[in-house]
Amino acid sequence: MKYFSLIWRSLLRRKTRTAFTLLMIFIAFILYGFLMTVRGAFTQGVEVASAERLIMTHKVSLLQLLPISYEQQIRTTPGVTAATHSTWFGGTYQNNANQFAVMAVDPTPFMAMFPEFKLTAAERQAWLADRQGIIVGRDTATRYKWKVGDRVPIQATIWQPKQGDTWFFNVSGIYDGDKNTDKTTFYFRYDYLDENRRGAYGQVGWYTIKIADPNRSAEIGSSIDAQFANSAAETKTSPEKAFMQGFANQIGNIGLIMVAIVSVVLLLLLLNVANQMGQSVRERTSEIGVLKTLGFSNPLILVLLLSESAFLAILGGGAGLGLVWLGVQSGGFNNSFLPVFIFGTHDLLVGIALCLSLGLLAGIFPATSAMRLRITDALRRN
Amino acid sequence: MFKWISQTIAVTLLSIRTIPKRASSSAVAMAGIAGVVIVFIAVLSIGEGFKAAMTEAGSPSRAIVLRAGADSEMSSGLSGPETDLIKQAPGVLLDSNHPVASAELFVIIDRNKITTGTAANVPLRGIESTAMQVRDEVKLTEGRMFQFGTNEAIVGRSALGQFAGLDLNSEIKSGQLTLKIVGVFDAKGSAAESELWADTKLIQNVYRRGNSYQSVLVKLDSPASFDTFKNALTTNPQLNVQVKKETEYYAAQSETMTALIKGIGYTIAFLMGMGAVFGAILTMNTAVSARTREIATLRALGFNTISVLISVLGESMALAALGGLAGGLLGFFAFNGYQTSTMNFQTFSQIAFAFRVTPSLLTQGLTYALIMGFIGGVFPAIRAARLPIPSALREL
Repeated sequence: MKYFSLIWRSLLRRKTRTAFTLLMIFIAFILYGFLMTVRGAFTQGVEVASAERLIMTHKVSLLQLLPISYEQQIRTTPGVTAATHSTWFGGTYQNNANQFAVMAVDPTPFMAMFPEFKLTAAERQAWLADRQGIIVGRDTATRYKWKVGDRVPIQATIWQPKQGDTWFFNVSGIYDGDKNTDKTTFYFRYDYLDENRRGAYGQVGWYTIKIADPNRSAEIGSSIDAQFANSAAETKTSPEKAFMQGFANQIGNIGLIMVAIVSVVLLLLLLNVANQMGQSVRERTSEIGVLKTLGFSNPLILVLLLSESAFLAILGGGAGLGLVWLGVQSGGFNNSFLPVFIFGTHDLLVGIALCLSLGLLAGIFPATSAMRLRITDALRRN
Repeated sequence: MFKWISQTIAVTLLSIRTIPKRASSSAVAMAGIAGVVIVFIAVLSIGEGFKAAMTEAGSPSRAIVLRAGADSEMSSGLSGPETDLIKQAPGVLLDSNHPVASAELFVIIDRNKITTGTAANVPLRGIESTAMQVRDEVKLTEGRMFQFGTNEAIVGRSALGQFAGLDLNSEIKSGQLTLKIVGVFDAKGSAAESELWADTKLIQNVYRRGNSYQSVLVKLDSPASFDTFKNALTTNPQLNVQVKKETEYYAAQSETMTALIKGIGYTIAFLMGMGAVFGAILTMNTAVSARTREIATLRALGFNTISVLISVLGESMALAALGGLAGGLLGFFAFNGYQTSTMNFQTFSQIAFAFRVTPSLLTQGLTYALIMGFIGGVFPAIRAARLPIPSALREL
């Protein structure tokens, strides 16, 4: 630590160079944070998937409907502890499609199945008491300034109501959840959907199934599917995580694209910082000669120069990562398409490790050449 | 005036000729700018490709009819009698008294994506025999057209490349549906190429749709008849439908995705560009420092400050132009035409498309490179022009 002031002085030797190198590192790590956050947003469903839950869809496609009568049969399958259904509603609000997801569910089993959606006891009661009641995520409620008790009209897209083409709902509750939870979805009651739509009675979208032992998920999945084999609606049951991953894969390999861009950015940054460090060491050749004459050992010179570049990298990179973290905390980036924006702890730690490696890598060549420098040569140069 | 210009040219050429002396630092600045241009082109070519696949699917001489309120074919529904009324409306092109229109179904079947091996929502379209006449740009490239009344199907060229098990002469089973692929069609890379096509009556049976459809695609007798056609349908009390030009329908579907890609792409390019500008400033500062004495000598000999300023700026912009060109060319060869597929959220189905590095993207990339070179060069240039001659001459 006693050499800190020496390192600090060396960095202040060329203030412009140090400042711009810091800025470059700062920007690069803001990019790293931004790209990792985007990647996380696309795979959010995979992260929060529960190992105890399975998703059962129609074998032909997720969009084909299943009979509601399957629910009882699933519940009595050995190993299954609970089952409930969901139906995609679509719908448009204020003439804009897809601002938030709208789904029809069965309230009691739904709330038991998804404890991650936090509601007060009064809100639960209100939802169970009102056929037209809905619960909606905090993010969507805030965005449209909805309060409990508000009446919300939703234009039908897939499911036409018996009268007109608008469905009316009452806000029974606004659900919260931790930072990983999607707080944009609009859930209403399936009994209201089924009574008020013009057809497809008794049909649901997909089932979520809870099992006691996650290790038996494959076995239980196939035994459920076997019950409905050769029926009019054959099924496909998969663990929630695999289902979410499959869904994310449908969008494309966003993770790969983001990692590729981050690699390009970091490689260019490494080139730049190494170039600046090299320049700085070359300019100081005679100074290094003097230090060696004074008795600074070769390893100490190496450590000093490496600390210099590592210090720059940590300072610039840390500031960049910190800014992204603060920005994401303050929120406001999420939408129905990417409902959850978080800068994960894992990505943050990897970022810090990258900062440190960048600093060491960028410094290693100039530092070793300085270490190998002979005093006589160093002092003779200029 | 002429003297001034010749001075400027002489000094600028001198700067550029001395670039090799500062090779490593100049190369780093160039690589930085090239990197920004590559990433810029790569990300935005995804958006361009997606948009092209969507917008080129539409023709101004076609109109699509959906149920009122539906936001895509997926959520629409029309009864058989309704589709008959639609086909008989004025403005529809007639071929020996038969309307050139196709009532269609649009459903999804699960097929594995080749790249990931996981299930993807592949669109399956039920068409009528007039469909090929309505879409006259569609050509069969392999095999033959399917026979109506059988379980034969044809597959789009892009779908063939993206999803497993759709090869010519193969059979695909999905629930109670078995399809035999007898032909491959080309639709000029547009959205239709991501689809499988089969007899609409077959799909009605297997999917229990009775005598119902999801959309009617009609060929108009001229693009100008659109309003006549639309008014006839929307004022008909027997119908509750919306009519859109096919081009508008597809353009609206590409909006969400294109806006998302553009948003992310421009943010990345902006941030990377800032980093590259800082890199360029450092490089040009080093260049000016290395040439302090040379610049001071020129000034002492009577070269004016503006020529010195322009020479430094010229060097920076030359580096940027080279970097930009290299990035543009690399981006073009690496990404143009790369085939991939993604989810179209409006119809919840896969759409295959090719990355597209358009001339406009290349121009944007190069312009951006020059802007980076300019900003990176302007401050060091001012510094060079302001060097106090006596002390600069004394510098080592």
